[in-house]
Amino acid sequence: MKIKLVYFGRPREHLKVSSETADVPAEASTLAALLGWLRLRGDVWAQELADSRVRCAINQEFASLPAAIKDNDEVAIFSPISGG
Amino acid sequence: MSVLIQEVDFDLAAELLALRAGNSRVGAMVSFVGLVRDFSHDETIESIYLEYYPSMTEKALNKIIDEATTRWNLINVRVIHRIGQLIASDQIVLVATTALHRGEAFAGCEFIIDYLKTAAPFWKKEQTKVGSEWLETRASDVKRMEHWHNDTTRK
Repeated sequence: MKIKLVYFGRPREHLKVSSETADVPAEASTLAALLGWLRLRGDVWAQELADSRVRCAINQEFASLPAAIKDNDEVAIFSPISGG
Repeated sequence: MSVLIQEVDFDLAAELLALRAGNSRVGAMVSFVGLVRDFSHDETIESIYLEYYPSMTEKALNKIIDEATTRWNLINVRVIHRIGQLIASDQIVLVATTALHRGEAFAGCEFIIDYLKTAAPFWKKEQTKVGSEWLETRASDVKRMEHWHNDTTRK
């Protein structure tokens, strides 16, 4: 399935990518599985995308790791927020 | 009710004047302005950098304002959040509310800034002499947000 990935904060800086469209295997059907699949890219990906280091949103709503993803979703991956 | 995310500074007096313009029922106006501090963990901050998630951030802020106007009778609300490179003493954020009476204006303003800290997607990086660091959500901010869940005296 096609997933649009957008990155903010620490992962955007360290992974040197702000957005991409990824062809994600169908079995990676939750945020947790998607992060696991992205960590297979190795090195900095494996470090930056540790479950405890990132937060996520699906289609611009905050979502937790068990949340399901589907074709054409926009998934955001970011460090914990710190505004104001 | 309006939300603005911008790089440029804002003029507090002009914003407040506009917020209450044309409505003589307004009996109270409260504003909060967040500023860039020049210290963090004993290090001098040279600058901070703020980024946001276009469209999600506006959506999250509007949701917070909706929640505030459900709890309190607010006449008008203005939220401005700056992004990009900022230096010490710069204004970062404005939350302003108007209401018939001060109680609602105060509570609504405090609620919005407390929720903004923990539920609006912004990311802040501090630059000091020794390097840069992405800040994370503070536990004390989460506590402040959570107290609103149980606050029965102010709804």
